Amino acid sequence: MSAFLEIDDLHVRYRAPGGIGDFLARRPSKTTRAVNGVSFAIDKGDTLGLVGESGCGKSTLGRALLRLTPTSGGSVRFAGQDVLSLKERALLGFRRRAQMVFQDPYASLNPRLTVAETLAEVFRVHRLCPAGEVAERVRVLMARVGLPAEFSGRRGAGLSGGQCQRVGIARALAMGAEFIVADEPVSALDVSIQAQILNLFNRLQREMGLTCLFISHDLGVVRYLCRRVAVMYLGRIVEIGPTEEMFRNPKHPYTRALIEAIPPMTPDAKVAALGLPGEPPSPLDLPAGCPFHPRCARAMAHCRSGEPPARRRTGDTDVWCHLYPPNPAP
Amino acid sequence: MAILDVADLSVEFATAKGPLRAVDRVSFGLAEGEVLGIVGESGSGKTVACRSILRLLPGERARIVGGKVLFEGRDLLQLAEPSMRELRGGRIGMIFQNPSTHLDPLMTVGRQVAEPLIYHQGLSASEARKKAVELLRLVGIPDPKRNADAFPHQFSGGMRQRAMIAGAVACEPRLLIADEPTTALDVTVQAQILRLLLELRDRTGLAIILITHDLGVVAATCDNVAVMYAGRIMERAAKAELLRRPLHPYTEGLMRSRPTAAGRGRELHTIEGQLPPLGDPPGGCRFHPRCIHAQARCQTGAVALEAASITHSTACLRWREVMAPA
Repeated sequence: MSAFLEIDDLHVRYRAPGGIGDFLARRPSKTTRAVNGVSFAIDKGDTLGLVGESGCGKSTLGRALLRLTPTSGGSVRFAGQDVLSLKERALLGFRRRAQMVFQDPYASLNPRLTVAETLAEVFRVHRLCPAGEVAERVRVLMARVGLPAEFSGRRGAGLSGGQCQRVGIARALAMGAEFIVADEPVSALDVSIQAQILNLFNRLQREMGLTCLFISHDLGVVRYLCRRVAVMYLGRIVEIGPTEEMFRNPKHPYTRALIEAIPPMTPDAKVAALGLPGEPPSPLDLPAGCPFHPRCARAMAHCRSGEPPARRRTGDTDVWCHLYPPNPAP
Repeated sequence: MAILDVADLSVEFATAKGPLRAVDRVSFGLAEGEVLGIVGESGSGKTVACRSILRLLPGERARIVGGKVLFEGRDLLQLAEPSMRELRGGRIGMIFQNPSTHLDPLMTVGRQVAEPLIYHQGLSASEARKKAVELLRLVGIPDPKRNADAFPHQFSGGMRQRAMIAGAVACEPRLLIADEPTTALDVTVQAQILRLLLELRDRTGLAIILITHDLGVVAATCDNVAVMYAGRIMERAAKAELLRRPLHPYTEGLMRSRPTAAGRGRELHTIEGQLPPLGDPPGGCRFHPRCIHAQARCQTGAVALEAASITHSTACLRWREVMAPA
């Protein structure tokens, strides 16, 4: 069986606007490589976690594969279709099947619409059912995401963060989405509310076979929810593999540093003694060689020059790091 | 010796619907060199309580309606405003979650770190600048001489937080109030900043109040913890005791709802319901509408912190019955 979603060598570049001085001096504008040659696949019904620090390109990647931001190269295949070449009706069809859930639950809802109106709008715009059935469909949908019926008349301001996020998820499911990109959906929520929304995601996976790309900076959340995890650094995937293997035995030095930096909730916990020196370099000015080498304690001479390391297979994990032997030639 | 002693502090906000009590008879204190964590979810009153120590509340709307804030033996609530200004940024420093909104975008970083030195210690501009460069070096800003002339927007989030810490500790405060100082930062940078705060504590005996919603951060950094909910302290304890054996159902719920607490795919523990409206809080224990152990007396009874041991107090009326023994 081929993968449900397959991304190959995807690139997203932005031209960084220069100042008027740059323009007058005809200096070429700089390019940000937000997503720099990313490939991975997700099977149907699976949830892939995508982790990385701010600015690594994880949100851009999520938006690009839903065609919410233009791409500069590579391909995205969804259920056998070439997503990047879809037009008009076919694109609309794709949009029904692949949806996004955003981080800020308040900003992503129209404050003037009630919960029922927000959800009914989806059915109307996409002409999913006869007008007479909309109310019933909305009722079913609210029950599915755990919103009590009495909330149907409330507007955004009358809802808590967790309730808003439930509306956002319901809206994504309204069209029968089979694939969801969830971009930090629990980051703005308090711990006790976060647990409720994670349980909801879990239930949707189980009951509806929902396929999901779950973007988060919180490794604890990803470990809980995802069967596989991809780690991103400066526009590239540096490690991808089964969750438990990654947490037990992280391969890439960056993955290791990320996992070590999470303070465990134990009585004798200490602030990570090693951690990482420095901060990620600007994506406008990528270092030669492996993008991680300026912060890597194990960097060797050939990490500092030439092309970034190619993919290496170790166990069930793929890692992009010179510490591991190259794959045998096919 | 206690450097700060907050007793029965209450703060009210005036609203169109009447007064709203954001902080209700809150007491805590800390000694020299101690790190006290104040944990709570949004709306728990943790930030308002700590800003009240420095009397940094929106004047017309917020009012401190009761209590004492003893700092080095003086009640800050009775102090005249000029003396208060002496303390802010002098003996007591404060850092915030979002350094971008607390740094002046039009002033160089070096100048902002130097400012309290000129104001509080009467240093000349050139002396203050020299010391500011030293402070930037101390907090781990690379190339401090050159970066002192940078503006905040030229710094990354982690470097801005370092710069704010440099300014807050410039006058060698005895107490630092840190309000979610790492919440906006990436985990690897968070570890750097927490380590910096602990180093400052070790080197100078600085006492730190660390406001956070993250029990992991508490576990790694704090000596003692106070857990707040709906304006009240629910539980107060030495860190290890609290983590080993919480004595309040709310604390236990917070700990159990962390995603790392369950195996993948297992149902996570949740605290059902929502925070109560502060304008109309429930009677008795404020947590009772969400508490699985609530009984009739939890709805009406008078609630006060009860000492379970010398270093552990809880506001749960039923802790002896419902919280599992160690």
